[in-house]
Amino acid sequence: MTLFPSPRKPEHLTERPLFADDKKFAEAQITVFHWIMVVVFFFLATGYWSIQVADSEYYQELAHSNTVRSLPLPAARGRIVDREGRVIVDNLSSFSCLLSRERLKDENLPLIAQGLNLDLQDLQDRLHRFRKQARYVPVIIKEHLTPADVAFVESNRHADMFPEIELIHSVRRVYPKESFLAHVLGYVGEASEAELDRPEYAAFKPGDTIGKDGIERYYNDSLMGKDGQRVSLVNNRGKELQLLKNEEPTAGKPLKLTVDLDLQAVAELTLQGKRGAVVALDPRNGDVLAMVSRPAYDPNKFSTRISSADWKAILEDPETPMFNRALQSRLSPGSAIKPLVALAALEEGVISPDYSAQCSGHFFYVDHDFKCHARSGHGRIGLRYALAQSCDIFFYNVGLLLGIDKLSKWGEMAGLGRRTGIDLPGESTGDMPSRPWKMQKLRQGWLHGDMINVSIGQGYLTTTPLQLAHAIGGIASGGVWNPPHMVVGEATKEKPRVAKVNLDNVQRVIGGMYAVVNQGGTATEAWLPGIEVCGKTGTSQLISNETLKRRNLTGIVKDNAWFAGFAPRSNPEIVVAALIEGGEHGDRASIIARDVIKAYFDKKARAKPVVPVSVAAAVAPK
Amino acid sequence: MIIAVGRRTGISAVRSLRDLDWPLMLTALIIALMGGLQIYSATHGTKLESAWWKHMVNILVGIALMLIFSRVNYHTLLGQVPYLYGISLFLLAVTLLFGKKILGARRWLVVGGQSVQVSEFVKIVLILLVAWYLVELRTKRLELPDLFKLTGLLLIPFLLVRKQPDMGTALTFLPALAAGILLVGMRWQYVVAVCGVILVLLGAFWFFDAEGYQKDRILTFVDPGRDPQGKGYQVLQSRIAVGNGGLWGQGVTRGSQTQLRFLPIAPTDFIFSTFAEEHGFVGVIIALGLYYLLLVQIVQNGQTAPDRAGTIICIGVAATLLFHLLVNVGMVINRMPVVGIPLPLMSYGGTSTLSVFVMLGLVMNVRSQRLFS
Repeated sequence: MTLFPSPRKPEHLTERPLFADDKKFAEAQITVFHWIMVVVFFFLATGYWSIQVADSEYYQELAHSNTVRSLPLPAARGRIVDREGRVIVDNLSSFSCLLSRERLKDENLPLIAQGLNLDLQDLQDRLHRFRKQARYVPVIIKEHLTPADVAFVESNRHADMFPEIELIHSVRRVYPKESFLAHVLGYVGEASEAELDRPEYAAFKPGDTIGKDGIERYYNDSLMGKDGQRVSLVNNRGKELQLLKNEEPTAGKPLKLTVDLDLQAVAELTLQGKRGAVVALDPRNGDVLAMVSRPAYDPNKFSTRISSADWKAILEDPETPMFNRALQSRLSPGSAIKPLVALAALEEGVISPDYSAQCSGHFFYVDHDFKCHARSGHGRIGLRYALAQSCDIFFYNVGLLLGIDKLSKWGEMAGLGRRTGIDLPGESTGDMPSRPWKMQKLRQGWLHGDMINVSIGQGYLTTTPLQLAHAIGGIASGGVWNPPHMVVGEATKEKPRVAKVNLDNVQRVIGGMYAVVNQGGTATEAWLPGIEVCGKTGTSQLISNETLKRRNLTGIVKDNAWFAGFAPRSNPEIVVAALIEGGEHGDRASIIARDVIKAYFDKKARAKPVVPVSVAAAVAPK
Repeated sequence: MIIAVGRRTGISAVRSLRDLDWPLMLTALIIALMGGLQIYSATHGTKLESAWWKHMVNILVGIALMLIFSRVNYHTLLGQVPYLYGISLFLLAVTLLFGKKILGARRWLVVGGQSVQVSEFVKIVLILLVAWYLVELRTKRLELPDLFKLTGLLLIPFLLVRKQPDMGTALTFLPALAAGILLVGMRWQYVVAVCGVILVLLGAFWFFDAEGYQKDRILTFVDPGRDPQGKGYQVLQSRIAVGNGGLWGQGVTRGSQTQLRFLPIAPTDFIFSTFAEEHGFVGVIIALGLYYLLLVQIVQNGQTAPDRAGTIICIGVAATLLFHLLVNVGMVINRMPVVGIPLPLMSYGGTSTLSVFVMLGLVMNVRSQRLFS
């Protein structure tokens, strides 16, 4: 048979006439079909009977007050604890007010806004944002109700007043007071419309509370948990007639920070009233023990819905409290970078360990006078005292011998000019200049003058306090740079970097840094009894001296103070970088670092009390 | 004698208004007008307000088409089936490639500003195809090779429509085949085997349904509370609306569920839900009664048809309409899965209404030749 047999083939006509008179054809089958019809109609009619006649009261009641109510069961975010399990961020149970849009009468909206102290325009905008969601999905119009609000909702939510409002249990985020750890923790808030349009926020709905900054943002997915939902058919009194779906919320996972609350508290106190940042790392593993940035903001203001006035005040504050200086400020580190320059020069063999330079206080290169901070000069000076006294002329000479190519190689090794990969959002890269860098950014070749500036941490070189702590910590650990991280047990983005360095050279550099604190160097204030603190101060200019004079800004624009120190001298356990903006001289910053280091070793001593034998014998019971 | 004249001059000789199937036309017209009234009730005050008026226009055009097709000899049409079939496949392919995309599905071809759902007309071609194929059988019953060929012929448009995706309309291609098989008969072993194959296919479909879209609908059918936001929400609301109608109904334009817009897509697929709310069980029985009357008349025309082809066409049309009715009226009260197919003559939708009238035109043509065999 062909697929399309022609209907006019003669043999068909003979065998069985086309369009045959076949009145009896399929009579029985047609009867069967008729019966099928009857069954179908019967099936349908009984269905309508059972709904419209037998159960009609049930459906009429449902219809009367239609409808499906869906209440969100908010999931608690994971708690955030410090390295010893002490709670830093917790959840507080509270009430929120829901608005059911299905039952909303427009004339009630101003009254509800008034009763809950909400701005009517804000409320209308909010409802507008939810327009794309199914109407029976309620909108949270106020969170963390005050007792007065709760009373208002409770007494007015019945059918005769405002049937559209509803009270639900919810949780709010509680952060430490006084902006403690604010920049690290970040804050949570409702996903904004602009955010929801971005692909990385695709999984969220309007009204979802998400992490907006810091740890809350970086670890949002694991902290967030999953909201539950209770869907039911209710009558117009809000009484549940039938439960359709009950999905319990899944709480978010708790997070353990590497931060030590005791150290953090000391760091916060030392920076009180200043503008700057402190970062304390454990160079052995990259744990961030403390991180402070000042001025700060109060994340608690964000955990309830922040008013637009407060938000504006924070954003327009000239002190930029939202800015996490510890990892976002790109500033010249000044002399604090000298240990790296020294190590690079020794390792590259451009200077011998006994190399010395003559410092007269002035260094003329071509027609420019590059001064030393000690105007009368240091005389002939070797590496150790050049570091201790922070002699600039010594490092100009070393820098010119070293050259930018070798220095930038070591800078990159130490993690400058790129993100450390810390698990916090918004980290700045800083700048590690090099020939290609300058060509790309400024379309200019590298000059010796640039090299002179960079060799004392000025000019194009910028770092964040975190990068500086990371860089110095790696040098102090003999060329092992462990990427800094905030959370215990989370893999870091970067891998540890190990440089093959001559440990004798490292000891020479560390010796200089030891002298800075312990042998009459630039940071003798950082001296601690019984603890071998090593470090390097830095005082970085924002504007050149000439410009300061020209613009009459002397004394108004002050230098930034830096200190990067670690302890103990061998096998360091803590490295601290401190920055005070406008702190004028590095020794101011060294005091902060000293206090944090002292807190670390004090705590260690408390953990293992050393009791002298004689005292022990005296107090022992007889 | 009219019969004698007919015999001598051919079957298309006598044409008169008397020869029209007036009861059938009247029943269809009443149902269609009830649909118009219901569309008005369900849409007044919304942006679809003018839908009832368009429905009326559709009815007028439909009746015109019905009259035209009642005068086209169905044997002539049967002779053109291979071409009609080819054109159908071509148009379906064109729809898939260049069709207008609405809500993620490419079902409409835009011709001169009008959206046409090609698959609705393909349905008619396939009814003719089944008749054309089955009258050519040389065996007494339908044997396996023919069954496979016929099924294969239907499967191509079925898959094309399924790809749009429009599972509902694709399924409406099958009742005509089933009716045809019923009429010519098949060994019971084959019936068992075919049922088995269908079950296996269903199972495979269940496990390999890539979009999870159909599976979802079936699960929703089993438990409408499962996903109240999606399809389940429609069914729940629809059932509440139907139940709210009670015995006597809430009255035209007074159905609270209908008027409060709890029902999505009220004027199209869920028109019967709003009808049931506003007219109650009594209204439902009257409507179902009218549909029954319509189908019985079509079946009767099938019984009096001059030949096998006529019978198969009539019963094919009846089976197709019965399937529409069962699925649409059933899904409204959750007795059937939510498959988006319209209620014949009542749902708002131009192509669907026109295609029903064309089918009735075919039936009338079969009837007009009942005396000439």
